Amino acid sequence: MRLELGKINITDVQPGEVTKVENGTLYVNQQEIIELALKDDRIKDVRVEFARPGESVRIAPVKDVIEPRVKVSGSGAMFPGMINKVKTVGSGRTHALVGANVITCGKIVGFQEGIIDMSGPTAKYTPFSETNNICIVIEPADNLETHDYEQAARLAGLKIGALVGEAGKNVEPDEVVVYETKPIAEQTAQYPNLPKVGYIHMLQSQGLLHDTFYYGVDAKQMVPTFMYPTEIMDGAITSGNCVAPCDKVTTFHHLNNPVIEDLYKRHGKDLNFIGVILTNENVFLADKERSSDMVGKFVEFLGLDGVIITEEGYGNPDTDLMMNCKKATDAGAKVVLITDEFPGRDGKSQSLADAVPEADTLVSCGNGNVIVEFPPMDKIIGTLDYVETMIGGYEGSLREDGSIEAEIQIIIASTIANGYNTLSARMY
Amino acid sequence: MKNIVLVTNNEAVQGKYGDRLHVEYLPNASYVETLEVVRDRIHAGHKLLTHPLSGSVKPNETPYKTVVLTAAPQALDFDGVKIIEESIASAQKFISGRRTPIWTEKVKADFRLVDCTIITTAIQSMDGKYIG
Repeated sequence: MRLELGKINITDVQPGEVTKVENGTLYVNQQEIIELALKDDRIKDVRVEFARPGESVRIAPVKDVIEPRVKVSGSGAMFPGMINKVKTVGSGRTHALVGANVITCGKIVGFQEGIIDMSGPTAKYTPFSETNNICIVIEPADNLETHDYEQAARLAGLKIGALVGEAGKNVEPDEVVVYETKPIAEQTAQYPNLPKVGYIHMLQSQGLLHDTFYYGVDAKQMVPTFMYPTEIMDGAITSGNCVAPCDKVTTFHHLNNPVIEDLYKRHGKDLNFIGVILTNENVFLADKERSSDMVGKFVEFLGLDGVIITEEGYGNPDTDLMMNCKKATDAGAKVVLITDEFPGRDGKSQSLADAVPEADTLVSCGNGNVIVEFPPMDKIIGTLDYVETMIGGYEGSLREDGSIEAEIQIIIASTIANGYNTLSARMY
Repeated sequence: MKNIVLVTNNEAVQGKYGDRLHVEYLPNASYVETLEVVRDRIHAGHKLLTHPLSGSVKPNETPYKTVVLTAAPQALDFDGVKIIEESIASAQKFISGRRTPIWTEKVKADFRLVDCTIITTAIQSMDGKYIG
């Protein structure tokens, strides 16, 4: 499977009569977005606001982040099985508006999601302080069930992402990157002397507000499967996860998975990137046993010499992470884990809730328990009403002047367990 | 599903399953106390069926916890012993760092809903399958 990804660099976002890209500026017809969102009668009201790098703006609570993309050629359309019909994606050509994002925000449940600061000392902990953001503030219909509202907000974000992405269809990209993975026999033969490396991608799948979707299938209802790495770049995987802001894998992070990106950079140089094994993180322990057995079976069948494993979330997924680590090792692969840590504020407690002797190589994405200070901002997109009940917030977190003291885990993607961040830990 | 028992301090779980399934409802137990009851049952031979740290909501945030075990005691579930002991240690770590706040009723209702939904997902996944 071969995908050309055309990257159109966006350096500003502005309101406009027509949604279009001109000289790096994304003009957005706000009314068009509002009308699209309001087609869903579960949504009562929508506001569209812009947040640009360096502005004194705080966005909260954030549900999902979607990079606008469009299929230019090749089969399928963006987010297949969710907002377009099911059809294999990942080949042909796709254009991405790099540097622009659609951000859905609005209330979900009491403890809510996280914060993005566009400037100030905490901006550096989230990648979305550096992008030009179209913020969709969603107000649910009265008495709407939590499940329904979560779904309505999730689908609105994907539809708006695809709508804005259309603006890039006929624009000449600033850069075109080609990604290619061949069927297993050909791929193995192409670089016979390089180690065969795979990526085990664990999808959050525990239930309400803890869901991920693969071609529209709820990940907790699937068994592990093989995916060409380019499929993810066309939206084969979408996020429905709302809890734990710091390690939330948004749809943006699926589209821009850093493990896949980096494995492709070394593909054909010092490794042979064979593909992605997708698996889940269910609550029923027998599901974990079945899924990790099948992950081990794929590692053996594909003849992988090495694998990288990433997880999403804390606690329950740590057990899946360790089971996958053990079974991939038993199948003959060298294993590297990537995850974030919750070792307490002093960093002295156990970082994960589970461990196996095979887990001897781990890349840390930082400690979610560290406390940081957020200065007041001139403008709030969304509301600060939920700061003290957000994960990472606590009683007394929000002060009268709008400043906040909270754990770093309140910031969207600050310790994301796939490495799309700047925090780490080193052992000397 | 006569062969499972739900250990819970969540009234929403008791309300949803109390009439239909075997529920050990612990209305006054804390999160960790609920896990301790689960641990005692595992030591008595009940097999652990769901992960004690289900949900990304951390132990010092939600006061609610539901865990599913086999109803009948059998041979000691060593994997279950390891998982529950590590889970209790992990929960105590969070709570000693910062105690669970006293939430408003609205927030508590949301936590009850998430716990109940997650355990419902697990029970649906068990239905009709071998649970050992």
